[in-house]
Amino acid sequence: MRRRPGRRRRARRPAAVFARPPVLALLAALLASATAGAQVVPYTIVADGIPEPLGGAAGDPARGRAIVADRQKGLCILCHSGPFPELRFMGTLAPDLAGAGARWSTAQLRLRIVDAARLNPDTIMPAYHRTDGLARVAPAWRDRPILDAAGIEDVVAYLETLR
Amino acid sequence: MIRRRGAALALLLALATVATRVEAQDTRRSGFMFMSPGTQAMQRDDMENPGMLAVLDGAELWAKPAGTSGRSCADCHGGGAEAMRGVAARYPAFDATRGEAIDLAGRILQCRAERQGDAPPPRESRTLLALTAFVAHRARGMPVAPDADPRMTPVVEAGRALWHKRLGQLDLSCAQCHDDNAGQKLASAPIPEAHPTGYPIYRLEWQTTGSLQRRIRGCLTGVRAEPFAYGADEYIALEAFLMERARGMEIETPGVRP
Ligand code: HEC
Ligand code: HEC
Repeated sequence: MRRRPGRRRRARRPAAVFARPPVLALLAALLASATAGAQVVPYTIVADGIPEPLGGAAGDPARGRAIVADRQKGLCILCHSGPFPELRFMGTLAPDLAGAGARWSTAQLRLRIVDAARLNPDTIMPAYHRTDGLARVAPAWRDRPILDAAGIEDVVAYLETLR
Repeated sequence: MIRRRGAALALLLALATVATRVEAQDTRRSGFMFMSPGTQAMQRDDMENPGMLAVLDGAELWAKPAGTSGRSCADCHGGGAEAMRGVAARYPAFDATRGEAIDLAGRILQCRAERQGDAPPPRESRTLLALTAFVAHRARGMPVAPDADPRMTPVVEAGRALWHKRLGQLDLSCAQCHDDNAGQKLASAPIPEAHPTGYPIYRLEWQTTGSLQRRIRGCLTGVRAEPFAYGADEYIALEAFLMERARGMEIETPGVRP
């Protein structure tokens, strides 16, 4: 009998990252619908920053850290590395986040997260609080920013602690 | 001091010569080169390569009569080892009757429906993937050689435009990852150059064989863009562009990918 290939060893399943397995995609979709309706709030840019907190309230650094470290929510560590000893895999597409709070003022950090393309039109960093100027957004994510105002403030509050 | 400067200059010149020579070389790298040694070994050994299952299934289907014609693929195209040799290296090709580009799977669907008189199997079905893998495997080791029909030019250009278009909530283009950041890591995944040379592939994450269109859908979903429907012109244009970009590279079907 001719031996069929691929039977001898079960193919190992690697850590899925970008193209998420269906279960995670489903979860992400559920999460998406749970927070659907989040709106872009107005803000004012002064020089190269946004001085006032989005939505007015201050953020929480612990919640911000959780968002930044979460692959589905913040997505930051897909591209960035940072001070996350518990994470095994971080991206190499962007600068290390360690020290970001020393390099940038709060206002500067806020604009970088809200809409990095304002500072560098060619940046690959997504705009976390913008819904216009995007093409073919999937229905689950359409017309809502990646992070709502509270999420942005949490992330900014966390980044400020990185000195 | 002067001597040292002379030596440095000589070194610089030597480096420059090397650099020019390297530049003249082909620096493109198949996704195979970005994989772990274990996964590479799995692709290399036909007895280990799970994609060979689809190729073998395709060989059976190739010889099996189907539809109202009662004829098999082999009845028209031959059943020997030379049948379909190298054909996949030319696709997507221009279909003069339809007046549009057609991909390899599309051509197989066309034969099924119009020449065998059978209901065409759906895209991404086992039957279609097996037949596609069988035909593509018959081009293994041969260089990608895109269809020279000038009517393919606008299709390739449409694919190139899509390649550079930012899409989805994350607002990223294919080029930003696969041209500008190939070799970098997206979390734990090395970003390959996205050459279409191994398709259909066996993807460990899928635990099955899948098409280039399915792979591209994964990237579209990743940037939170709405994927195109299977068989859409956009995928055929992207594939035509990717084949042009991979001109001369070796077909490796069935590829294994993480
Ligand atoms: C798809 C890639 C990508 C993602 C996702 C991403 N970034 Fe960035 N980020 C970049 C790149 C690239 C830069 C470098 C500057 C530029 O290109 O604009 C950058 C710059 C920054 C900077 C300034 C860094 C410095 O010290 O100079 C900060 C802070 C930052 N990002 C935070 C974040 C946070 C927080 C998140 C998630 C909420 C995030 N980024 C998500 C790609 C990304
Ligand atoms: C944010 C980064 C990113 C973007 C944008 C992106 N890809 Fe990918 N792509 C990847 C990564 C990472 C992989 C490898 C995935 C893995 O191994 O899990 C990949 C794999 C591929 C492959 C498989 C290559 C092989 O060797 O088999 C193809 C083809 C591909 N992408 C095409 C595209 C196309 C077409 C687009 C645009 C519509 C696109 N990609 C957009 C990151 C990206």
